[in-house]
Amino acid sequence: MSKARQSTLRTSLVHVALIAYTLVALFPVFLTIINSFKSKQAIFGQPLRLPGPSTFSLIGYETVLKQGDFVTYFQNSTIVTVVSIFLVLLFGAMAAFALAEYRFRGNTLMGLYLAIGIMIPIRLGTVALLQGMVATGLVNTLTALILVYTAQGLPLAVFILSEFMRTVSDDLKNAGRIDGLSEYAIFFRLVLPLVRPAMATVAVFTMIPIWNDLWFPLILAPSESTKTVTLGAQLFIGQFVTNWNAVLAALSLAIFPVLILYVIFSRQLIRGITSGAVK
Amino acid sequence: MGSLELRNIRKSFGAQEVLKGIDLQVKDGEFVIFVGPSGCGKSTLLRSIAGLEDVTSGTVLINGEDVTVAPPAKRGIAMVFQTYALYPHLSVRDNMALGLKQAGTPTDEINTRVAAATEMLSLEPYLKRRPAELSGGQRQRVAIGRALVREPELFLFDEPLSNLDAALRVQTRVEIARLHRQLGATMIYVTHDQVEAMTLADRIVVLNGGVIEQIGSPMELYNRPANLFVAGFIGSPQMNFIEAARIGETGATIGIRPEHLSVSPTEGRFRGKVIHAEHLGADTNLYLETETAGLVTVRLFGEHRYAADDIVHATPDPAKIHRFDESGRAITA
Repeated sequence: MSKARQSTLRTSLVHVALIAYTLVALFPVFLTIINSFKSKQAIFGQPLRLPGPSTFSLIGYETVLKQGDFVTYFQNSTIVTVVSIFLVLLFGAMAAFALAEYRFRGNTLMGLYLAIGIMIPIRLGTVALLQGMVATGLVNTLTALILVYTAQGLPLAVFILSEFMRTVSDDLKNAGRIDGLSEYAIFFRLVLPLVRPAMATVAVFTMIPIWNDLWFPLILAPSESTKTVTLGAQLFIGQFVTNWNAVLAALSLAIFPVLILYVIFSRQLIRGITSGAVK
Repeated sequence: MGSLELRNIRKSFGAQEVLKGIDLQVKDGEFVIFVGPSGCGKSTLLRSIAGLEDVTSGTVLINGEDVTVAPPAKRGIAMVFQTYALYPHLSVRDNMALGLKQAGTPTDEINTRVAAATEMLSLEPYLKRRPAELSGGQRQRVAIGRALVREPELFLFDEPLSNLDAALRVQTRVEIARLHRQLGATMIYVTHDQVEAMTLADRIVVLNGGVIEQIGSPMELYNRPANLFVAGFIGSPQMNFIEAARIGETGATIGIRPEHLSVSPTEGRFRGKVIHAEHLGADTNLYLETETAGLVTVRLFGEHRYAADDIVHATPDPAKIHRFDESGRAITA
């Protein structure tokens, strides 16, 4: 950026706003983590204090690791999230490529139909979904969750990716055709590498709601062997007594896998968000 | 190498007919250029030859073989695009080798061919770079290299020089001419720039509104344009068109090229005032508002001291006058 357009005042105002937003966004996470290391009295007595020698306690983590099968829960969450992201990206990108690349009757209608899912929450169909899963014997399987989450993630994926794929030059794809690449090879070897930032964006937007979801695991797969982390943490929330140490510890642990996935995608993500703005 | 034959090619996009029956034969080793204003169908025609567009009707034959419905890769063609269309995530080397790898060519063969193309286009220093690290001219050379390694029957160029700056355009033009001589390959080239067409082509195909206006060597088109469109399109500055009746000539329209008019301060056929003079060193272009013939452009060779508001007389060379009838067709004497 040129010097003339930079003013110290403006830059610092922007930074103040961004820092304020960061603090607001991080505060609950920070609170969860510090309180997960405190004894129960300290959580309620001084919820904003950092854990000190007198208040430090690992009781929450002990409970989480002893009670319930949290390793399995983590495994379930990870399988469901990763497989769903993979399927959303694969099918979303393929549908987006078809919509962006080929002229066929009903192209626009098909695009609209696929995008409607962005506006209609999938939870409205919960009863029908449950009936379907019962009929197909998929209740209490991870497959049920993966299928639902894939359907939930596809509309936004198709919408974002088809916009990006329209920006891939026709000449490039034609050069591939002349070089003898099949349509699949053009898709996988030319187009996908070029829309990788958009794929990362979609991956992050898809990942977070899946990881955090409580609704569908509770309804479709509440069995002990298929519980996800979010559902597992509910174990400690009772009608009358809630084991806050354990809840906070479970939530703190649940942050990390999603954080790792985010770091993997984030380098690409930043490019994805700014690629339209910066040429 | 390769010959090409087009038989009654038609192409419609919805209700709009873009190519209205194109017939053309290109001999082995010929350099043929499609030229015409934008929207005349020249790029669509090239893409139909490449197989990137399906023709609505008609037949495309390459080397006598009907390839009308063959996919691009099976036609024995290579294409160079205006936007270079290099694979941005592959190195220069891989850009050139991808097509051969895809065809299952043995590695030794790929290496030999890439090395030959690299040598011919002096691309050695750039083989490991990505396209983004190259200048426009280098990118276009890589694109040409990618076409070379395919050893095609037919080279197709789609406005390959349009994205280059003026100096580089001349340089690359010379390079393409040299390649054509060196390889003796058949080349089809699309451009809207008549200078490229005149300097490179063995034969020029002038297209307008989806039909071929005229096919001929550059000098045929210059000396014997078949109609008003070709006469106006070839040659710069543009040919002067004068209503025949105004100056007492036969036919409907008279065409005189600016370079076929001579100018004298004292006497001549069209008396007029200089409204603008362009001094280019080698040439001097005068724009005259004449009493009998209207606005006339004159191109004089060398430097001349005419300036705006001078009164001059212009006289056409009688042997170089073109006559056209009411429908715009040339009247051959």
